[in-house]
Amino acid sequence: MDAPQLASKAFIGIGQIRPLGAAITPEPSGGCGTTGGEGKASCGTSGGPDDMPQEIWDKVKNHPCYSEEAHHHYARMHVAVAPACNIQCNYCNRKYDCSNESRPGVVSQKLTPEQAVKKVLAVASEIPQMTVLGVAGPGDSLANPKKTFDTFRMLQETAPDIKLCISTNGLALPDLVDEICQYNIDHVTITINMVDPAVGEKIYPWIFWQHKRMTGYEAAKILHERQMLGLEMLTARGVLTKINSVLIPGINDEHLIEVNREVKKRGAFLHNIMPLISEAEHGTVFGLTGQRGPTAQELKAVQDACMGGANLMRHCRQCRADAVGLLGEDRSEEFTLDKIEEMEIVYDLDKRRDYQDKVETERQAQHAAKQEALSAQVERAGVDPDMKVLVAVATEGHGRVNLHFGHATEFQIFEVSAAEALFVGHRRVDLYCQGGFGEDEQLPSIVKAINDCHAVLVAKIGACPRDELKAAGIEPVDAYAHEFIEKAALSWFADYADRLARGDITHQPRGDASIRQGAYTSEAAA
Amino acid sequence: MALKIIASTCTGCSACEPECPNVAIREKGGTFIIDPAKCTECEGQFDAPQCLAVCPVDGCIVNA
Repeated sequence: MDAPQLASKAFIGIGQIRPLGAAITPEPSGGCGTTGGEGKASCGTSGGPDDMPQEIWDKVKNHPCYSEEAHHHYARMHVAVAPACNIQCNYCNRKYDCSNESRPGVVSQKLTPEQAVKKVLAVASEIPQMTVLGVAGPGDSLANPKKTFDTFRMLQETAPDIKLCISTNGLALPDLVDEICQYNIDHVTITINMVDPAVGEKIYPWIFWQHKRMTGYEAAKILHERQMLGLEMLTARGVLTKINSVLIPGINDEHLIEVNREVKKRGAFLHNIMPLISEAEHGTVFGLTGQRGPTAQELKAVQDACMGGANLMRHCRQCRADAVGLLGEDRSEEFTLDKIEEMEIVYDLDKRRDYQDKVETERQAQHAAKQEALSAQVERAGVDPDMKVLVAVATEGHGRVNLHFGHATEFQIFEVSAAEALFVGHRRVDLYCQGGFGEDEQLPSIVKAINDCHAVLVAKIGACPRDELKAAGIEPVDAYAHEFIEKAALSWFADYADRLARGDITHQPRGDASIRQGAYTSEAAA
Repeated sequence: MALKIIASTCTGCSACEPECPNVAIREKGGTFIIDPAKCTECEGQFDAPQCLAVCPVDGCIVNA
């Protein structure tokens, strides 16, 4: 499927959105602070052990969704035990699958709690760095809470080291907070797309509430009040919360800044602003009415405007409700019910701990090496301190530029200035190299996906894509192969600044980029 | 007087099953069915049939 054409005019430009950091009410107890008005978030996605209280670090350090650093090392899985839902969202069509909580067009295998537990144990023994189990639909984990809690109760008995988390729309949440605490669920994601029912009624056609189907403003008002109450109750009990918001251009784009402020005020730990996935073939209301998703720059504009509010999650891959593995990879095909039946499942807690200790050692060594490499970085004088550009990075992990351009199914995006290189997101692309040959028809879609970047840092790149990227104004760079990403990005930026100063090149602003829609199948990633 | 679920459009999401005050709904082959002998259409129990009110698919639950 081709990536959609970029709209000629964005709903919002970066310049139109002002950071609201200074207006933010101080943080209540339990969460993480920020370093003042315009400052960067001090914990959450990019935070480390030095940035947050020990008890919070212990909760997030091996949770791939709550820690950007952890997601390179630890894996998660979702089990689809909760297909029922108590609300309808215009971006979701459960006839196939939920397009935002899971990838569109791919039907999940529903599981009973017993099947789910078996699957978790199978995955845990095959993938010892799998530390987190989530129930994320395909419906709402709390609409029929028995299935969710039955799964958790059985798992606690057999695999007590696995962290449990749930994802919910919040409608039933206030009634179930006590049970959530009882099962030691210390991570809860609430999807909150609005804090104003007038916005909400454009997103939610109905809710099922107290034995009635309610619609319109009234329905959205109830949902909003339940979401806020549930969030406050979780914060009061010390449960970490992540707020997912679907960015719907023209409906809640600028409004999400207010959402960010309100959830931060109520103690939300992380805010994950994700792009609407919308295609007619998904059969969603938004897909059918032609409601488009945001461009990369529209998404980034809203995310940037929320910096200083609740900590932002930038590494979400919008995975499906039965995903298995590291974020960005999906090994669910290896663990279908048929295959689990044939597996010999040995749940060895000691083996898992040993493996995770090794992962932790490697991670700390990597962290230390990166810090050392960065401290050796010399800052260039005379570079405009306000100049910031985006670079795309091909990596297969370990924090390094270590992937061939043709083998990348996603690029990490860093915003680089003279002073720092900041991870701001990722872009999924179609694989350029298939069966050893470059697929030229894939290249335009890759260019579209990273069109807002000045350079793409790779371990290696072939002559053909190199020339085409250059023609599109994106500099292919393989000079920093196998270096740490931040160091490579800063080195490239210094070189870029030198070339500008010498007059070898002129600084050209980049255009917008498109966010890839549609299913991203495991075949394409293989 | 009873309702029925059209199997070809039922997603098998199970939302209706626990809502039925008459325990008339059960799973059969991946989708759900209503026992017409037990179904009252929620007459005298609720304002509207509960399965109909919670079902995400328009037109999936109809008069038998």
